[in-house]
Amino acid sequence: MDARFINTFLESARTLFSTMLSAPVTFGKPHVHDRLTKYDVSGIIGLSGDVVGSVVLCLPKASALEIVSRFAGSPLEFGGSDFADAIGELVNMIAGGAKAKFEGKNVNISCPSVVVASVHQVQTPSAAACICIPCGSPLGDFAINLAIQSQGSALASHALAAAGAH
Amino acid sequence: MRVLLVDDSKVMRNVEKGILAKLGLTDVEEAGNGAEALTKVESYQPELILLDWNMPVMDGLTFLTTIRGQGNKTPVIMVTTEAEKTRVLDAIKAGVNNYCIKPFTPETLSKCIEKTVGLVKAA
Repeated sequence: MDARFINTFLESARTLFSTMLSAPVTFGKPHVHDRLTKYDVSGIIGLSGDVVGSVVLCLPKASALEIVSRFAGSPLEFGGSDFADAIGELVNMIAGGAKAKFEGKNVNISCPSVVVASVHQVQTPSAAACICIPCGSPLGDFAINLAIQSQGSALASHALAAAGAH
Repeated sequence: MRVLLVDDSKVMRNVEKGILAKLGLTDVEEAGNGAEALTKVESYQPELILLDWNMPVMDGLTFLTTIRGQGNKTPVIMVTTEAEKTRVLDAIKAGVNNYCIKPFTPETLSKCIEKTVGLVKAA
């Protein structure tokens, strides 16, 4: 994955926290996601166009409750419709803010999907490696998982797969 | 002033409603997508519209193009994550009056609303 993609998500998450949550956010070292780590809440956005794949905001229950309640301005019930709505809007702002900085790329984002289920995994079928960005904040820890690639790279991967080359 | 909030996120609409209330704008109607907003434009006759872009059923740009095509000149502020220059230009071409990029601080959206409302009063 192009490192510039990762930087746009770091910047976007930082902006989201400073503007709408009035909290700082720190980042651990991005690493290849083992796809085994389990979370309680996932907000998922698909990317299409010149960059394809998925962006997943992954949170344990405690962090999710703190973050959405700060965003909404009042406590939200875990798993309720407003809770899911808020998680969807947060991942929407992270993905939207990042893709706006994909220079020269025409990219569309999907409406968000939200999974609320105790200790689940989100599998990403894309051929792209899944990169995990660990994030910390006074509201709790969370992660942003990225499985995205430029469309040219995706087409090459699919062609190689079709040819049995990997 | 009658204000129509159009956003598929109820929580975001509530955030925006809180900012409007601090500006003394409490006559507010809500819509969850562009199609619903078209109905509200007819029945509620808003004097200001805050409009998200990416929504199910009908997106904000389609809504904006539709009402401008009908000759509706209600001031519209696009409140969206769509921040690329090409998208902003698309919105301007469609007839948007102002643009506020999500995520925003309360101050940013307040100033955007005040500027737009001020322009309306001056017009």
